[in-house]
Amino acid sequence: MVGSETLGKRVLGIYLPLAFFIFFLLFPFYWMSLVSFKPTNDLFELKYNPFWLQTFTLENYLYLFQNTDFSEWLKNTLIISVVSTVLSLGCSILIGYALARLRFPGSNFLGVGIFLAYLVPPTLLFIPLSQVIAKLNLYNTYWALILTYPTQLIPFASWLLMGYFRTIPKEIEECAMADGCTRMQALVKIILPLSLPGMISAGIFCFTLCWNEFLYALIFMSSGPMKTIPVGTVSDLIKADTLFWGALMASAVLGSFPIAFLYSFFVKYYVEGLTAGAVKR
Amino acid sequence: MAKVVLENISKMFGKVAAVKNCDLTVEDKEFVILVGPSGCGKSTALRMVAGLEEPTTGTIYIGDRAVNDLPPKDRDIAMVFQEYALYPHMSVYKNMAFALKLRKFPKEEIDQRVREASDILGIQDLLDRKPKQLSGGQRQRVAVGRAIVRKPAVFLFDEPLSNLDAKLRVQMRAELSKLHDRLQTTIIYVTHDQVEAMTMGTKIVVMKDALIQQIGTPLGVYNFPVNLFVAGFIGSPVMNFIPCRVLSKDGRLMIDAEAFQLPIPEKKAPYYQALAGSEAFFGIRPNDIYDRLFAPEHLKENAIRAVVDVIEPLGSEIHLNVTAGKHNLVAMVDTQTNVRMHQEIELAIDLNKMHLFEKNPPNLRIAAE
Repeated sequence: MVGSETLGKRVLGIYLPLAFFIFFLLFPFYWMSLVSFKPTNDLFELKYNPFWLQTFTLENYLYLFQNTDFSEWLKNTLIISVVSTVLSLGCSILIGYALARLRFPGSNFLGVGIFLAYLVPPTLLFIPLSQVIAKLNLYNTYWALILTYPTQLIPFASWLLMGYFRTIPKEIEECAMADGCTRMQALVKIILPLSLPGMISAGIFCFTLCWNEFLYALIFMSSGPMKTIPVGTVSDLIKADTLFWGALMASAVLGSFPIAFLYSFFVKYYVEGLTAGAVKR
Repeated sequence: MAKVVLENISKMFGKVAAVKNCDLTVEDKEFVILVGPSGCGKSTALRMVAGLEEPTTGTIYIGDRAVNDLPPKDRDIAMVFQEYALYPHMSVYKNMAFALKLRKFPKEEIDQRVREASDILGIQDLLDRKPKQLSGGQRQRVAVGRAIVRKPAVFLFDEPLSNLDAKLRVQMRAELSKLHDRLQTTIIYVTHDQVEAMTMGTKIVVMKDALIQQIGTPLGVYNFPVNLFVAGFIGSPVMNFIPCRVLSKDGRLMIDAEAFQLPIPEKKAPYYQALAGSEAFFGIRPNDIYDRLFAPEHLKENAIRAVVDVIEPLGSEIHLNVTAGKHNLVAMVDTQTNVRMHQEIELAIDLNKMHLFEKNPPNLRIAAE
């Protein structure tokens, strides 16, 4: 903005609040990482500064991989998250496109219906879903989660993509069809490449939700090594009143790493996808 | 290259009719312009030919085929849109090659056709650019080029020049005319700009309120408009319309507009005889009104007095907005005219070019030829 922004004003108005905010947000991560690299004895030693590292060790990470099924959890979480995300994205693209472009009876009703489905809280939905999973004999399999996660993912992703598709001029698609595309070809060759930011944000959203999900994972898939990271961390690293702080934090660090990685690379697209259509470009 | 026929075509959007009972034949190699104010249904008509909208009733033929049930891709048409509709993620070359690739043309032929089209349009140097790196005029050229490479049976243009600035529009207008001459193919062109219609078309179709008002050659429509709407829509500046009464006085037919009376030329009188005693609209184009001082000798007797409200000198001509009695008129007068605002001026009117329109809608023109 043009104006009288002096250095002092900038420091006071921008940098100071920002610094405070960053500190407030990142401190838990800092502490988490710190604990994960400390030997257990140091953690309970009161004469040490709890916010600083005295001795560096990787024993917590070794413990995680040698004494627990962490590598299994990681594999499970990864498979379930990726498959659910891909599945949901595929469905959402078709739903979003239909809602954005096709004129058919009941399209509005369907659109609202899908959105309402998103508003049903998972804590309520897991009761009937557990019946379904039991009937289909899917307990403790990947499919239990791969099939239930989309109930939360598809509604939101569909709406997000619908909004994005609407920002793409209809003429481009019509031109493609006059040029010789079928509707499906126009979608794949023209609309999808142009919707990459929207698809990336929908994908990140889906992946994050799957990765962090706890309730369904706890109920539908929690025996033996068939656990996801959030469930495994809580169930195997907390034994009654014994908390394996070092390993807990190591698991948390490793568990949050992929998400942090995803966001830091794609945050630009994420914001662009969420705000699509807000202003004329 | 094909003939296009619209047979009793209607299109309803819910209860609103966008196109009503449209019958139109576009001959092979014709350059037909659909022209009319926005919302008149011209674009919808074009989109039905393209297959982007489905007609509610009627049949569309391209060549000898009824195409109602064919998707756009099977109609052998190419369409150019107002917003260019270039594929933003592809280079100019790929934009132009896209349709041919879909049809699995061999690489060499695609390359040859793209080069050929880009030569015609002078965009050889832009082939590697992305659409966002192009100016509006260049984008429009690419959009046209994309249509040319297809060598389709029919070209459809939907207001392709509306987004260009005035100078570029004039230039592109001439280029499109040249292109039509060179390609010798059927073109259907939609515009709201009557200048484009007059200058480019071999046939123009004037539409209003979902109905075709008149079909004819540009000059035919200009000289013999069927009704008040067409007369007012085609031609610039707009034709003057003055409510009047037709009188029979001493055996001569006269136009009585209260502020002035004018004799109807004897050549036209027989046609207007039936109107004697009734009300009508008197229509005269601004270029048929002269400053009496510079008017041809034989026109000097039919003059009216008017007060000048606005003077618009355009260099090659002067437009005067004048008031005669309670009527406002526009006159296109000689550049030597020396008049100031609020002054009175004598205007000679070429009554051989006059029109009379019925008082009541649809305000049909009384034919006088």
